[in-house]
Amino acid sequence: MSEMLSLSNDPTLFIAVMLAKILVVFIVVILIVAYATYAERKIIGHMQTRLGPTMTGPLGLLQPIADGLKLFFKEDIIPSQASKLAFILAPMMILVPAFITVAVIPFGDSITVKGYTVPLQISDLNIGVLYILAMSGLGVYGIVLAGWSSNNKYSLLGGVRSAAQMISYELAAGLAIISVFMLSGTLQLSDIVAAQSGSILNWYIFSQPLAFCLFVITSLAEVNRTPFDLPEAETELVSGFCTEYSSMKYALFFMAEYANMVVLSAITATLFLGGPAGPFPGPINLLIKVFAFMFFFIWIRATFPRVRYDQLMYLGWKVFLPLALLNIVITGAVVVF
Amino acid sequence: MAKKETMTINMGPQHPSTHGVLQLVLELDGEIVVDAVPHIGFLHRGVEKLAENRTYHRALPLTDRLDYLAPMSNNLGYVLAVEKLLGITDKIPQRAKVVRVMMAELTRIKSHLVWLATHALDIGAMTVFLYCFREREAIMDMYEKLSGARMTSNYFRIGGLSQDLPEGFEDDVRAFIEAMPGHIETYEGLLTGNKIWQKRTIGVATISAEDAIDIGLSGPALRASGVDWDLRRDNPYSGYEEYDFNVIVRDGCDTFDRYKVRLDEMRESCKIIAQALDKLEPGPILADAPDVCLPPKKDVVNSIEGLIHQFKLITEGCKPEPGEVYQSVEAPKGELGFYIISDGSGNPFRMKIRPPSFVNLQALPQMVRGRLLADVIAAIGTLDIVLGEIDR
Repeated sequence: MSEMLSLSNDPTLFIAVMLAKILVVFIVVILIVAYATYAERKIIGHMQTRLGPTMTGPLGLLQPIADGLKLFFKEDIIPSQASKLAFILAPMMILVPAFITVAVIPFGDSITVKGYTVPLQISDLNIGVLYILAMSGLGVYGIVLAGWSSNNKYSLLGGVRSAAQMISYELAAGLAIISVFMLSGTLQLSDIVAAQSGSILNWYIFSQPLAFCLFVITSLAEVNRTPFDLPEAETELVSGFCTEYSSMKYALFFMAEYANMVVLSAITATLFLGGPAGPFPGPINLLIKVFAFMFFFIWIRATFPRVRYDQLMYLGWKVFLPLALLNIVITGAVVVF
Repeated sequence: MAKKETMTINMGPQHPSTHGVLQLVLELDGEIVVDAVPHIGFLHRGVEKLAENRTYHRALPLTDRLDYLAPMSNNLGYVLAVEKLLGITDKIPQRAKVVRVMMAELTRIKSHLVWLATHALDIGAMTVFLYCFREREAIMDMYEKLSGARMTSNYFRIGGLSQDLPEGFEDDVRAFIEAMPGHIETYEGLLTGNKIWQKRTIGVATISAEDAIDIGLSGPALRASGVDWDLRRDNPYSGYEEYDFNVIVRDGCDTFDRYKVRLDEMRESCKIIAQALDKLEPGPILADAPDVCLPPKKDVVNSIEGLIHQFKLITEGCKPEPGEVYQSVEAPKGELGFYIISDGSGNPFRMKIRPPSFVNLQALPQMVRGRLLADVIAAIGTLDIVLGEIDR
């Protein structure tokens, strides 16, 4: 086993490799985000007896680019009564945490560069899971700020809804993950992946089916997807927290939603499906799993109605939370005895 | 202790789910609705007043634009009222009556499809929306074949129909009603058993039978509150007494039961249409009443008598005896009534319309008070209002 590449043994190479990894991951995520919108429109289209985009480029493949350009050239309107700084800051505060969460996700085994070992992961934090929870918790500030700073009653309702929703579901999601690292004994994502290696039966989805289900459902709530898309429930709150946004700021919200979907899919794959493990090279395995989850999210959207606010709270606090606690107790008992 | 304040928000007239230009002023305590006041009038066109300055024939196109989702039901109500006023109800040929029933029931399915589509979309189930519009498209195509227009059909005439069914029309209708029950199963498959759908609709926006009668609710909204009342059976018109169908009544008083009532009504409509198709026999389509009905086109262009006849009717209109008449029909949304007063001239002296949506909308504040904001959307959807006939 060769030496691990670090800042101390070859600083120049380390920085170059690091930048390369960040760039590649960033571009891949951006591309997935762009084409997730396309895939969503195509898949939902076919589920609903229509075709989705067909006119821009072959099979409508240039649609995400056309959408992006269109939004980019739109007039950027800031309401005169809005709180300006918060209004401008809010979309960034949603998008940035979504993207930086990707930093801790391992996307393959190590490779060797100039005799040094390079792990395929931007940063292998020893508190990786906590970092993920912290970052997903930050996203809610953006939504609340957006809702509050717009100075619009519908936006405000959207913002308040999302704050309540995120807090209740973060709790259940966090507790669901606890049982995973009770089994792995570590918060480090690379070690969690290693603990699931070997056979497909080592994946935590088989030893922790309840935690898996809880985490997937609460993920839906965290990314504000149907059936938990209350903060932006179009038919109730016009557009919820992003009612007043236009142009590129609106595009940022849109991107953040999809980026969150990608990130949560990747996290679920890492925690429960063995991360990059599988028959193909690591990154491809991970992408396949991510796409499977994305398809699931889109499928759900085409099928389910939206739950009501009080029902959402009831589910979060009175169903998911006790279930997650129960799961911890069971896992604890199994680990001890 | 801080003073407890409520928030007033304007829902509409530009809001995605107020079904047109309804404005609701909501008094909210958090997300709980303290009060709701509907404001109407954004689509007022003065249909009743316009009718006073037109002959009876020329007032007919105005009725298309009342409930624009069910134009033929409106046409039917109007022509029946005028026929009653003229005293020619018995002279309507059998074929015209049967076609009227058939088209009225197709219209009912069409209207209920739009209701289901938008109601489901409001509650967040977007796929049902597109499925319903696919089936509605088939009915629209039939409308186009029949009358040349997809929405404002203006197909019925005082005394009968404007023209006979086009070739192959009966086959289209037969194919449609054979496929329709399967489509309804599909909608039910997506919604009825769905836990979220049930949670969003059962026990939501309830109204008791007494309140429903006090307010004057009619149509599916009344029947879902357990009141067995359907004008097609209880006050039959256009030969409805000859058809065998069930009046769907449920007593849950809530959104879910109104949903079930309407779905079952679509199935019953298919049955009625099938019977109408069996009854359909060749024959005249206009009553033998020369002082009311326009002569056939070939007489108008080939003979001077026909031309004069048409000219007189077009310019002066038909002149009923002075008197007044009320005729109501079971439109898809409820009781649609026309009250017409004649002073013996060619124009109605007064035409009062009793639109079902207008009366049904009165139940809204009572339905949503003390409930959540999301239930307001469900309540608007379940009442199945159309602003075209509320504002007239």
